[in-house]
Amino acid sequence: MSVPATATGVVPAAPPPTTKRRIPTWTLLAAVPGVLLVLAVLETVTDAHDLASSGTIAATLVATTPIMLAGLGGLWSERAGVVNIGLEGMMILGTYGAGYFGYHHGAWAGVLGAIAMGMVGGLLHAIATVIFGVDHIISGVAINIIALGAVQYLASLTFVGLPGGGSTQSPKIPDVPTLTIDSLSDKLGDIEKDDTFFVSQLAALLRALCTNLSSLVLISLVILVLSWFVLWRTSFGLRLRSCGESPAAAESLGVHVLRYKFAAVLVSGAMAGLAGGVLAMVASSNYRDGQTGGRGYIGLAAMIFGNWRPGGLLMGSGLFGYTQTLGLRQGGTSVHALLLAVAVLALALALVQLRQGKRVGALVVAVAGLAIGAVYFGIDEVPGDFTNMTPYVITLVVLAFASQRLRMPAADGQIYRKGSAG
Amino acid sequence: MNPRLTRALLAVSAPVLALVTAFVITSLVLAAAGDPVMDVWKQILSWPEGRNMANIINNASVLYLSGLAAAVGFRMNLFNIGVDGQYRVAAFTAAVVAGEAWLPGYLNTALAIVCAMAVGALWAGIAGVLRATRGVSEVISTIMLNAIATGLVAYLLRKATVRVEGSNSIGTKKIPEESWIPNISIGDGPGQEVYGFVVLAAVVGFLYWFVLNKTVFGFNLRATGSSTTAATASGINITKMLVVAMLISGAVAGLVGLPILFGESHNYGSTFQSGLGFAGIAIALLGRNNAIGIAIGAVLFAFLNEQSNPLQILVHVSPDIVAITQGVIVLTVVISYELVRRYGHRIEQQAVARALERERTEREEVPA
Repeated sequence: MSVPATATGVVPAAPPPTTKRRIPTWTLLAAVPGVLLVLAVLETVTDAHDLASSGTIAATLVATTPIMLAGLGGLWSERAGVVNIGLEGMMILGTYGAGYFGYHHGAWAGVLGAIAMGMVGGLLHAIATVIFGVDHIISGVAINIIALGAVQYLASLTFVGLPGGGSTQSPKIPDVPTLTIDSLSDKLGDIEKDDTFFVSQLAALLRALCTNLSSLVLISLVILVLSWFVLWRTSFGLRLRSCGESPAAAESLGVHVLRYKFAAVLVSGAMAGLAGGVLAMVASSNYRDGQTGGRGYIGLAAMIFGNWRPGGLLMGSGLFGYTQTLGLRQGGTSVHALLLAVAVLALALALVQLRQGKRVGALVVAVAGLAIGAVYFGIDEVPGDFTNMTPYVITLVVLAFASQRLRMPAADGQIYRKGSAG
Repeated sequence: MNPRLTRALLAVSAPVLALVTAFVITSLVLAAAGDPVMDVWKQILSWPEGRNMANIINNASVLYLSGLAAAVGFRMNLFNIGVDGQYRVAAFTAAVVAGEAWLPGYLNTALAIVCAMAVGALWAGIAGVLRATRGVSEVISTIMLNAIATGLVAYLLRKATVRVEGSNSIGTKKIPEESWIPNISIGDGPGQEVYGFVVLAAVVGFLYWFVLNKTVFGFNLRATGSSTTAATASGINITKMLVVAMLISGAVAGLVGLPILFGESHNYGSTFQSGLGFAGIAIALLGRNNAIGIAIGAVLFAFLNEQSNPLQILVHVSPDIVAITQGVIVLTVVISYELVRRYGHRIEQQAVARALERERTEREEVPA
């Protein structure tokens, strides 16, 4: 809209832009006790008793970490403008790296090996997309195919004949050190057994944090905070993010766009490799064929759900890790209890949408909520096949609701050739 | 050089370059691992015997359908990675419907095929609707739907099955013999039979080419895939086109499991083949979304798969090496097409520059 110059030569100022209300940062900290409160209520109301025990929370931490790291890898790559669908393949490479280097040279060598193998995948993706300008999704799909084939080939080459090893699994990998504070852990265990409303759940959370906490989980959380710091508080991060928002503008300011993209994809591969390493070394004790089970894609979904920011990514990964854990432990009753929570949430959402005037949306959500409530009262426990698909269904539902409010980096997926700033 | 000859050479050089590069890279991997490179290639590139030939054609027809399903999506810039889940749900439905045999003979078969296509379309349609109305990336939603399909089919299989005599696997009711699609024999030995479904696969390929290139609907679809703004300007409803494209892709995907169902296993069991979805994507990319190209790609992949089966026994090399080859082919094809395109562009620019220079000197000579 062109503003014509008035006779006096003064251009009338545009009205100040209305800032969209962003979710404030304190919600991230308030989310944890809030969720515990909801779970405490659910445990009192339903039959489920394993919703927020220290075992469940500990397992959730272990399940969340690979998803979170994969999502972090996706974050680094997409913030620089390169879509990385190949995270699954890089994770598979990481599991193999952990298996091979971990068995032959020790636990920490396994971690470094996982990172290195993931980086090899990242290198391949970087060469294809940044140097040759291949469509990012095609390259990612190709890397998934290559990584799977390469790892199966290498596994049958290197693991056959070793004790406990075979063409589809590696021998046992030595563990990384874990941390335990015995006295605190025992006291918290007593409080948890008392079964007082909300206090027991809080005790369970604290107990999970100080009992057998794997150092890799701690390291991953540190990496998450470091990533936030580097990407949002340093000039390197600012330039990297500008490559993902407008590479032409960045190049005109002298930023070597292609180098930043290349570096970002390498880091992305390293993160995905580490995710695979955590999967092989913490969530289980060796490399196994098909171990990743789609976690690379769930990590991507967590990243999208988190609006391409580390805080949201952590929340999204936590949600998926929790639902995955629930599905595995006492799946039938726990997921059954979740149904009640989802039904209540849906009805609340319908009310909110009604107040906002969205009649059709409110109706759809209300019907869904009532249907889920009917299922909850109709059956006693959810069959095993359905509990296994809980994280995938939750991913779909969350993405369906949240996708509209999200904003991806503006030049994400754009194939950029050096000097095309025009 | 004659421009038509140049163009023909360029068109051929891209896939040849891609294949050669992929083979070289595979050889490097084999050499690095210490495996006998020449022996592996001698086995893989040997002419297949009769039984292997039949297997190759059968697998190729299945892969061809998978590739077509993915290609329909690609033409619309949609990545239908969910072919895996779609074909399994559809094959299960077809097996149940055909097993019940509400209609006699081939009517039963036709009904089952239609049901399979409908269910496949529905499963893909979920992702399409989510993408069209809520903007959810279809890459992730189709992958999630794959996993959900696995669980759903496993659950339904437990509910609707009959124990197969003499084995430990469970499966749906066996399809009555009058509904089986007869196999075509291509030789005298055992197992040299090709599924009759090959004919239907060829028909689907022809329809793919015809609808996309010779009908108004196909033109609209290709237009939306090339430029959504131009398509909207010419009056095409993008949202509807998106959903319809996913429905069609899902319907074709639904056919993927049927050759095996009607030609060999005759019921859906817990050991039904999975994993054909990703291969279809690779083949669609390899064939550049072209009906003939996808066919060639399907035959190539099926050939590699079949000829690498005895590698473990004969040369002690894991047959997974061809998975590396196939993945590398996907990358090299795209890269080589891009390189050849840039090279052809440069040749063209040089030719134009030379022609302009000649014209300029000729014009300068005239007044003299």
